[in-house]
Amino acid sequence: MTNAHDFEAQFAEIHPPLGRREALVEANRCLYCFDAPCANACPTHIDVPGFIKKIASGNLGGSATTILNANILGLSCARVCPVDVLCEGACVMHRYNQHPIEIGRLQRHAMDHFYASGRRLSAAAAKPGRVACIGAGPASLGCAALLRQLGYAVTIFDSRPLAGGLNTYGVAEYKLRPTDSQQEVELVRSLGVEFRLSVEIGGEWRINELEQQFDVVFLGVGLGGTQPLEIPGERLPGVIDALRFIAEYKTRRGRRVGRRVAVIGGGNTAIDAATAALRLGAEQVYVLYRRSEAEMPAFQFEYDLAKQEGVRFHWLTQPVAIRGHETVESVECIRMELGPPDRKGRRQPQPLPGSNFELQCDMVIPSIGQSRLLDFLSQFRDVQLAGGSVAVNPATGQTSNPRYFAGGDCVNGGREVVDAVADGKRAALGIARHLEALGG
Amino acid sequence: MADLTTRFAGIQSPNPFWLASGPPSNCGEQVKRAFDAGWGGAVWKTIGEPIVNVSSRYSSVDWNGLRMMGLNNIELITDRPIETNLREIAEVKKQYPKHAVIASLMVESRREAWHEVVQRTEDAGADGLELNFGCPHGMSERGMGSAVGQVPEYAKLITGWVKEVARTPVLVKLTPNVADIRAIARAAKQGGADGLSAINTLNSITGVDLDTFTPRPDVGGRSSHGGYCGPAVKPIALHMVQQLAGDAECGLPVSGIGGISGWREAAEFLLLGCHSLQVCTAVMHYGYRIVEDMIDGLSNWMDEKGFRSLDDLRGLSLPRVTEWKHLDLNYKIVARIHAELCIGCDLCYIACWDGAHQCIHIDGVGTPEQLVAASRARLAQTPAVVAVDTAHTPVVRIPRVDEPECVGCNLCWLVCPVEGCITMDRVDTGKAAESWAERCGHE
Repeated sequence: MTNAHDFEAQFAEIHPPLGRREALVEANRCLYCFDAPCANACPTHIDVPGFIKKIASGNLGGSATTILNANILGLSCARVCPVDVLCEGACVMHRYNQHPIEIGRLQRHAMDHFYASGRRLSAAAAKPGRVACIGAGPASLGCAALLRQLGYAVTIFDSRPLAGGLNTYGVAEYKLRPTDSQQEVELVRSLGVEFRLSVEIGGEWRINELEQQFDVVFLGVGLGGTQPLEIPGERLPGVIDALRFIAEYKTRRGRRVGRRVAVIGGGNTAIDAATAALRLGAEQVYVLYRRSEAEMPAFQFEYDLAKQEGVRFHWLTQPVAIRGHETVESVECIRMELGPPDRKGRRQPQPLPGSNFELQCDMVIPSIGQSRLLDFLSQFRDVQLAGGSVAVNPATGQTSNPRYFAGGDCVNGGREVVDAVADGKRAALGIARHLEALGG
Repeated sequence: MADLTTRFAGIQSPNPFWLASGPPSNCGEQVKRAFDAGWGGAVWKTIGEPIVNVSSRYSSVDWNGLRMMGLNNIELITDRPIETNLREIAEVKKQYPKHAVIASLMVESRREAWHEVVQRTEDAGADGLELNFGCPHGMSERGMGSAVGQVPEYAKLITGWVKEVARTPVLVKLTPNVADIRAIARAAKQGGADGLSAINTLNSITGVDLDTFTPRPDVGGRSSHGGYCGPAVKPIALHMVQQLAGDAECGLPVSGIGGISGWREAAEFLLLGCHSLQVCTAVMHYGYRIVEDMIDGLSNWMDEKGFRSLDDLRGLSLPRVTEWKHLDLNYKIVARIHAELCIGCDLCYIACWDGAHQCIHIDGVGTPEQLVAASRARLAQTPAVVAVDTAHTPVVRIPRVDEPECVGCNLCWLVCPVEGCITMDRVDTGKAAESWAERCGHE
């Protein structure tokens, strides 16, 4: 990857925007279902037929407001949502003329219009009550925006220099660029939300200071780094975890990659890393997954994309060691077979003795899931965890410590952007009720 | 293969499809190309003293992404000299002797002016004359067009002048911009007309530009009402045609016009008594080529129904149109939803609640508002597993008809996007037929 131009070309958007006429034709195809399944399938309950009808009527500004009132991250969700299993998966058109309405691209159309127009949303009159949101990802942005719209003062803290969380640092570039994510951050800022970035909570900001200055704390801290493989050779140069790899190539607009790259894991992040490695110039990219195709957790459309782009999949393959002298030279793997199902009904992979083999490669990208921020979360008094996640009342987002609310990946264990926004919204409403009760 | 040969008021053509007087029949070259494409006849764009037009001239009503559901026109009659039009009529007739060429005429309301134009036109070889008493825009301000067609005495008078000299059949083209179209038709009959053409265009303003505030079409910042036509006017035209064809006092054959864009509409006009069919907007939209499917579709349908000629089917629907008071009060149908075809859009449900009689239900909920509130209260999450069943409609989304409460209004069936999913089925009330008139003892 030599220059910026190549980078832009390699990471051009997968789903180009709809033109005005295209959008009109598509919008007019919508049946305008009542109690629409698409809206019900959306974790943030965007009024999908409502915003589509407004595109059809030429009320693009109103369409965008309809979306943003339900989901402040309407722009990124339009691009990164797995619509096949959400709104578009629920579309009645599957049973009518086969092709679901292109809801994601229509939403994108309205959002692009909104951001091009420079319009802003309005906040309500100020009310007493100050809220700190820890983490500047989708959950906190969703929570903070709604709280400001209800009139409360909100400050967002994050240890990284840019807000947006995984929307800025962790989404494949051909789906969402950091500049898009920053547009959304600016929208939230324009509502009057204060951002304190490059700040460590528990470090320069002590917990008791936080509790003194804010009435309520919302934890939207997400998950930690990629889990270690815990095999020999993991610290060799040429081994980089998927999230760091993605954040680096996105923020630096490019990155060196190996000629032969092995990505370890079968989730959506593994696919993002694999396709990015190809786009950055790798000649061969392998995905090594210890179970088989049927058990792979990545969405079907992500898997299809990776296959089309030329990623090669090795099923039932587990790395046991990374070999190399000064840098990675190969991965030693062992073949697996699927044993009986475990308690959750998933068939457990078991190594086939003596089936070890060597896969030549000069870069290894582990992507076997994110770790939990157990140490960090243990700083907050009386905030109970369950199975490594923050335990909350699902209707309000409130934790076992009534001053603490939480949402997003640190609660749900790692789902989509839209789930985090939905969590943030629910928590904002829970916080508002909590603050009203305190005030009253 | 059905015989589409048409005989109407003494005019013959190989099929009933004629170009209506308008832009598609403006000159000889156009009419020849139309005949080559399959049109059976053409009513020449109205001939008279050449006029001066404005630009722009047309505007339309688009609907749900479809273009030109309705077209509005402020173009006047021909802007070409009478002799040019007549020379070209002669040429066309020479080349296409079996096709019908009818000259639409409009001149000032003087006996001599009408006598002169009729004689010249017939000398050129036209098969018939169509008196334009219908155009509602522009010419009516000069005492012509609908200004004549809205006053029975004028219509009768001018038809009479024409008949004093005419040797070919005389058709009168009627304006729909009247309280009762039969009054003008009867006047035309009294004046000696041989047939009627209906309907001409409806007075209209199609819309207003929301940036300039000028209605369309915009002529330098101002507009004027035009004549409305196209698919949107078909129901109005069908009603008026039925009124004319069903009027014993008038008793003249009718050439049907208004929103015919395919063979289906053509069949409808024929079933309501028309002898020939005139088309303009659909040709302006898609070109002469549309006639191929009109002919093909109509004759296939006639074969299927066992009709050998147009005479076999003409007017078959007329006896089935009656006054409301004669309809059977004891005839009862109810809506039935065929669950296996339902896609779960629930449009029938909300239409019945908000627009009809609240007898379609989603089980387990009361009002539509409660249904929406329950859906919104449900926490949706991105499924962790990939499998989404797109092939089957969730049972909770398939509405149920409360049959004893159903009034049989048809609304759910009309809004349902899936053919055959809702049917309106006859139920036996066990009562003999009884109309309102019978009940009131008026029969």
